[in-house]
Amino acid sequence: MTPVKLYPPKPEKVYFFGTCLIDLFYPDAGLDGVRLLEREGIEVLFPQDQTCCGQPAYTSGYHDEARAVAAAQLALFPEPWPIVVPSGSCGGMMRTHYPQLFAGTELEGHANEVAGRIYELTEFLVHVCHLRLEDRGQPEKVAMHTSCSARREMGLADTGPTLLARMGQVELVEQARAAECCGFGGTFAVRHPEVSAAMVEDKTQAIEATGAKRFVTSDCGCLMNIAGRFEHQKKSVEGEHIASYLWRRTS
Amino acid sequence: MSARDNILRRLRERTDGPLAAPQSDFAVVTGRGWSREERLARFERWITSVHGEVIHTTRADWTATLAEVLEAKGIRRLALGREHHVAAEARAALAEGDVTLIDADRDIETWRHEQFHDTDAGLTSTRGAIAETGSLWLWPTPDEPRLLSLVPPIHIAVLDADTIEDTFFDVVEAHGWATSMPTNALLISGPSKTADIEQTLAYGVHGPRELVVLLRHAEERP
Amino acid sequence: MSAAQEPVQTFTPREFHRQAHDALGNPQIRANFRKAMDGLMAKRRDVFSDWDLEILRELGANIRLRALAKLPDLLERLEANCRANGIQVHWAESGDEACRIIREICERHEAKSVIKGKSMVSEEMHLNAHLEEAGIEALESDLGEYLVQLNEQTPSHIIMPAIHLNTDEISDIMHTRTGTERTRDVDYMTAAARAQLRERFMAADVGVSGVNFAVAETGTLCLVENEGNGRMTTAVPPVHIAVTGIEKVVEHLRDVPPLYALLTRSATGQHVTTYFNMISSPRKPGEHDGPEEVHLVLVDSGRSNIYQDDELLDTLRCIRCGACMNHCPVYTRVGGHTYGTTYPGPIGSILMPHMMGLEATKDLPTASSLCGACGEVCPVKIPIPDLLVRLRREAVGEGRGNVPGAGVKRTKKEAAAWKGFQWLATHPGVWRSSTFIAGKLQALMPSKLGPWSDYRTAPRPAKVSLHALVKQHKAKHHQADKADGEERS
Repeated sequence: MTPVKLYPPKPEKVYFFGTCLIDLFYPDAGLDGVRLLEREGIEVLFPQDQTCCGQPAYTSGYHDEARAVAAAQLALFPEPWPIVVPSGSCGGMMRTHYPQLFAGTELEGHANEVAGRIYELTEFLVHVCHLRLEDRGQPEKVAMHTSCSARREMGLADTGPTLLARMGQVELVEQARAAECCGFGGTFAVRHPEVSAAMVEDKTQAIEATGAKRFVTSDCGCLMNIAGRFEHQKKSVEGEHIASYLWRRTS
Repeated sequence: MSARDNILRRLRERTDGPLAAPQSDFAVVTGRGWSREERLARFERWITSVHGEVIHTTRADWTATLAEVLEAKGIRRLALGREHHVAAEARAALAEGDVTLIDADRDIETWRHEQFHDTDAGLTSTRGAIAETGSLWLWPTPDEPRLLSLVPPIHIAVLDADTIEDTFFDVVEAHGWATSMPTNALLISGPSKTADIEQTLAYGVHGPRELVVLLRHAEERP
Repeated sequence: MSAAQEPVQTFTPREFHRQAHDALGNPQIRANFRKAMDGLMAKRRDVFSDWDLEILRELGANIRLRALAKLPDLLERLEANCRANGIQVHWAESGDEACRIIREICERHEAKSVIKGKSMVSEEMHLNAHLEEAGIEALESDLGEYLVQLNEQTPSHIIMPAIHLNTDEISDIMHTRTGTERTRDVDYMTAAARAQLRERFMAADVGVSGVNFAVAETGTLCLVENEGNGRMTTAVPPVHIAVTGIEKVVEHLRDVPPLYALLTRSATGQHVTTYFNMISSPRKPGEHDGPEEVHLVLVDSGRSNIYQDDELLDTLRCIRCGACMNHCPVYTRVGGHTYGTTYPGPIGSILMPHMMGLEATKDLPTASSLCGACGEVCPVKIPIPDLLVRLRREAVGEGRGNVPGAGVKRTKKEAAAWKGFQWLATHPGVWRSSTFIAGKLQALMPSKLGPWSDYRTAPRPAKVSLHALVKQHKAKHHQADKADGEERS
């Protein structure tokens, strides 16, 4: 049985681990996440030496390289504040796989300690901040794609939809096979491009069939994949990180 | 070194060392605590959901019900045992009728063709049933051999209502299966079926097309 | 062109990419699998709804782990109890050796015809081809296996072998091979197969079956099925040979009910199968049917090697329900044959590298987006995604080197690229300036990013990285705070 996770009270400060995809391609989503946290009265610490959680190397089987990269990140969070990650994929890597990666090494204890402080952004907003949202946007339908890592690795199928349900003008529509992977899978999309393409094609069709003109996701890998497919087909459906969506409509 | 020795040696000299064996808690497969009525209702619901037919009768009248079933289904040739009281009572009741009774307590080699081609139904007793899954349990005997419930196109099984238990685990434990396994022990839950042609259910692919359970109650139900 | 007229295709894991390409381009295959997998997923969801599924899975995993922890002792106990019951036990280190053992038993009985119940282990060791070479006909009797055999194919799913075929295709195959009418009437086709196979059961000299659970405590072989062909195979011919992997043993009879409950629900969404057939001995004196001889062939075939490693060991917990393939988004799209292995889908991708080596199977562990659906539904909680990652490690030479073909996928170029990634990601100053440069050079970035942009628009680096954005944001705040403070004072 999945143990019930106990959440701490809202802290004074948090660390923010922005992830490499956000850093490079979607920095606004990262900043919007920071603003959402700050609006709750939390001071957000952003270690400038952060790079990447190491997951691409990890899932490709290059664990020595992944461990070196991960070790560099472990050093960034000396104070006992929670570490908020705006991605289920990177969050899952740090919470679940860091302990595996460092098992039996000198850094095992440190990795376990850091892993215990990892929260995915929507998880943190729902369960720690008990976020209230005042929706100032126009009424609209939106679809959500929860990443597989958030859904299964971190057990967070509901936090994104919970936040959207608090938006007064937003109607959340569920696409067919909502729990199915969009086909990103990091290097999977490069190693098996045709299979990945078939998966994202089905995902875009399912989202389009809901009638929503916008979808949100809590993972930029999925966003890049699904939105990239829509754009490639010149479809008008647009994607956005959930942090940006929430911030844009409530600020 | 034999294959056996090599395999066992590799398993024993395991690189990562001996493994710890965990204890198991079987609570999830037992302790249902269903009442007699609940058991009966569950058994009937599940077995009928997989196309089993349940006909309620009593211990006193069941052979009359059997005769009605044979009549209704046009069964002219019925294979059955001899010694089990179910078989004995059926034989007595059907002795005068025009249904041909085929002896099942013979070496199969002497009547295989007849069993495969000229038998309309097989009648068997059951040892009990499982409410949770709608399953009958049978331990075939020389009197009622294993193919009797499999080869004829209709299987008529006689079940006493008070032998239905909650779960498979309960049956295995309560009846000491672990110390007394017969040549063949069977759970039967409905007639033979397949979904191998595009997920479409079809019955009677190899075994019986129909399973009729004559469910005997101790007395007339109000 | 109908399936029945297509030339016989052979599949190999070495050609995963080409086979995937072909399958993805075949709308019939796509539709058949999508429909079937959607149905199976829905049925599984429904049938577990009234169970405390997590507790049951925990128990299932625990029973299998206990069996593996005691594996050598349990195998000896199984052997002793089977022998005491009159079942003859044989051991085979390889599939070939198991084939030889089975052929020799057949030859001892001058068998010309073998009827088979469904057995994936017999598929794994290519038993049918081996027997045919020796002049012994081996006929599959599970309807799906029968259809696949008629069509000169191999199963595309471990539970539903003919799931890649639709009704029309099956009608064509049966018409072409057995002379039945062309029809969409499934009852007609089923009845025709019944009639065809019944004659073969009566004529068969030997029945060969698999085993779902072998109970050490009692020397009992358990078979799970719906059709009754398993019961026929094990009770009609004079000789029954059961063949199974050494990992299928469980300790106690009471271990069986939970595993059986998990198996049927996970496999086909049934709360129970039609038959649960438990065989503990050959025909005893005084009994009137059943085989005079029962043999059990225990096959290793790489399993004892998997057993050596604490992490890989979990692979052996598998009870062969197929839920991982039913829920796999990759399997659903490319179908079972694309994998080119006896066991397709996620379980195949973590099992076949041990049996065939990573050289032949190196594309299988990467044929997963690691979405986790397989691990989530596995009834015995095998961490399949973690094992896929482990085999990726082994393939690139960064594992323990104990999987056949370890390191075969390592190339200097790729290894150097990951070293480069490591260097960049451990030099934050360089990282920051390179994201800065990427943003500045945005316009110069290629609009094509290899295979990615065949199907998707390539993402463009942002003008300003998050590092820089947060810095600006903080500076602004700081100033605002200062201004605030000054105003108040």
